[in-house]
Amino acid sequence: MLSDSPIAVEQHGPELLHHFVDAEQQRDAASLGMWLFLATEVMFFGGMFCAYLIYRYWYYNEFAAGSRSLDIWLGTINTAVLICSSLTVALGVRAAQMGKRKLLVILLLLTIVFGFAFLGIKGIEWYDKYKEHHIPGNSFNVDDLIKDYPQIHIDPRHEQIYFSLYFAMTGLHALHMIIGVGIFMFLTYYAWKGRYTPKYYTPVEMGGLYWHFVDIVWIYLFPLLYLIDRKPLR
Amino acid sequence: MSEHIMSSKFYYTIWIALLCLTVITAAVSFVDLGPLNTVVALVIATIKALLVVLFFMHVKYTSEKLTKIVIVSAIFWLFLLLALSMADYATRLLS
Repeated sequence: MLSDSPIAVEQHGPELLHHFVDAEQQRDAASLGMWLFLATEVMFFGGMFCAYLIYRYWYYNEFAAGSRSLDIWLGTINTAVLICSSLTVALGVRAAQMGKRKLLVILLLLTIVFGFAFLGIKGIEWYDKYKEHHIPGNSFNVDDLIKDYPQIHIDPRHEQIYFSLYFAMTGLHALHMIIGVGIFMFLTYYAWKGRYTPKYYTPVEMGGLYWHFVDIVWIYLFPLLYLIDRKPLR
Repeated sequence: MSEHIMSSKFYYTIWIALLCLTVITAAVSFVDLGPLNTVVALVIATIKALLVVLFFMHVKYTSEKLTKIVIVSAIFWLFLLLALSMADYATRLLS
């Protein structure tokens, strides 16, 4: 490898790849690549949001009833958990900028803990839906919703579409969370090893951008899935 | 991205604002505002997303114009996807 030659090492630190002019250009390239990836992620989730929008427009009653059946407390707590994790990420990037290795490791670990807390609470919610037979499929049954909300006209087939979208959207989001936790474990390991310095902390910054993006997806999923119609029924 | 290092107090302020907005959006959903309920929920969600993008993701302080173009394009593509789809579905006559 070219960068292993003594001259190259003399000209720049080992963290600067050979094909970049300087560290700033390297970081700008990484940042642009990350934002382009996030733009594709917007379209990835966008397809689901589009399906949600169309079916919610068609089957508003079923979407409202399904939304009421979700646990708003667990949803709100999970939103707060993700916001706390975004704070620890932002503070972690700051710790990396200032070269505080131990603080960075602690904040990365805290982020992982918040990530697991979110997934755990999400798992409880999914299990509740399983017990209530609200998972689309052969044993899908919404007689309980029809009984609970006699004011709302509910077609079980349309209700199944709401829950299909609920599981697809929260499932895809949870998959992103699992990947995020994996990335942060990787970052924690190398932060502990002391790889990240104020001169080179790009992976921490890019991992942070990913985590914040996943947080933003949830910021929209929460009102769209949980808060469709919570006002008192007449 | 910027070299600019924000104070930790600044990040805590954004964090508190995000938590407050979460509580507000959950509480307001129980109040009957008619069709405005959805509008309020989406406006609050967008304010929260903006806080995260601008301050946690440092977009407000980046000098890199390309990043901003990518973000605006992503939002624009999403707008095209949603708006043109609804222009079709919302104008169909359902029998």
